[in-house]
Amino acid sequence: MVEKEPIKASEIDTKFKYEITKMHGGEKLMRCFQCGTCTSDCPVARFSETYRPRQIIRMTQLGLKERVLNSDTLWLCASCFTCTDRCPQGVEVASVIRVLRNLAAEKGIVPRVFKEQVSSVLDSGYAYKIPELRMKKRESLGLPPLPKGNPESICKTLRGLGFLKHLEKQGE
Amino acid sequence: MTSYALFLGCTIPARQPHYEASARKALPQLGIELVDLDNMTCCAPPPLQSIDLETSLSIAAYNICLAEEADLNMITLCTGCFESLAMANTMLKQNEKLKARVNQILSSAGKEFKGNKEVKHYLQVLTQDVGLDRLKKSVTKDLSSLKVASFSGCHLLRPSALLKFDDPERPHVFDELIEALGAKSIWYRNKLKCCGGLLRGYADDVALAIAREKIVNTTKAGADCIVTLCPFCFLTLDLGQMLIKSAFHEEYNIPVLHYAELLGLALGIEPKELALDFHKIRLDKLLSEIR
Repeated sequence: MVEKEPIKASEIDTKFKYEITKMHGGEKLMRCFQCGTCTSDCPVARFSETYRPRQIIRMTQLGLKERVLNSDTLWLCASCFTCTDRCPQGVEVASVIRVLRNLAAEKGIVPRVFKEQVSSVLDSGYAYKIPELRMKKRESLGLPPLPKGNPESICKTLRGLGFLKHLEKQGE
Repeated sequence: MTSYALFLGCTIPARQPHYEASARKALPQLGIELVDLDNMTCCAPPPLQSIDLETSLSIAAYNICLAEEADLNMITLCTGCFESLAMANTMLKQNEKLKARVNQILSSAGKEFKGNKEVKHYLQVLTQDVGLDRLKKSVTKDLSSLKVASFSGCHLLRPSALLKFDDPERPHVFDELIEALGAKSIWYRNKLKCCGGLLRGYADDVALAIAREKIVNTTKAGADCIVTLCPFCFLTLDLGQMLIKSAFHEEYNIPVLHYAELLGLALGIEPKELALDFHKIRLDKLLSEIR
């Protein structure tokens, strides 16, 4: 992440914050007064040298759009929602991060492991494919056959919507 | 019998048949019937919500529609599935505009989300439908020598405004359900902190450092085992101990069990029936303490 680079006025997109506050979960972005409860309670920040939710929120408020959307640390949130639950200003921190990820994804910025889950859902209806061997093991345990999966209608719907067409376009 | 539409998800059937077997064997003994419905799909967990929220809500709603059509409330084993589905269910019930957009997406799959069913985690079902008293009376084995480090995982409790499961800062439901089986639920440092499971595959070193702390803290507190609810927490802490061994050269061997497995054992179901040999960390010593 490049947060140590001094901020240039030309980087600032003053309208960025309004993009966020009109999206579901981003509404309360501007209430943040930088107390740092989110970072100090974050289970990931304790073990990561770069991931700081407070910084992401401040950069977003300031309009550092390109920095935020291109940042590797954006994808380090483990979605535990502790920050959202504990924010004294009611900022849904984890949801703001989700909103930012949605915007990054629109630009085709998505880490490989996330892409794999998406393609798995598009192909099979499940985020993790169930191996053939495991199916046999299930039978030997006396477990009932899995309900008919592979729900073609939803897969087709998602493809029809162009769910993540950009993911397929964009190489790693 | 109270019937629920079972939402299995994908991690449990793909990797943890022991969890499924335990739930399928234990819950009916307590009057909970699990009904399998065809065409269930992914729950659209946080990694998918990260890509596109509205599409993810539509996938979650698609599953809830299947339960609505069958006129059943839904029960989940995986806390990840619980979070995705319960969150979607609440959000769509609360927000007419969002519901209309999701229904527009779902109409091309021939579905309509009505919002007349509940999504429950099986702990809620045990508390609300079975009750602690009946649970206590159903126990046939003596678990009183076990010190249990409960670990509910994040998505049972948070985001609390949408899930409304328990007090997220001082939760008690899970511990009461453990103690109802006769075991002792103990406190340990950072009990409520995340296991880091969702970072696996993206930042493995961070994920493993977080998991290691959980293993160290439960071991220091003198726990005989960790009891989990979420297949990711389980994976992170059970298989995780193998990874900790090779990365940190430390060996802990603390058994990890899902609550449904502990429940099955307490009800007197044979370990073999519960498929406990799927665990990476051996349970022999623990099982010898259950009489």
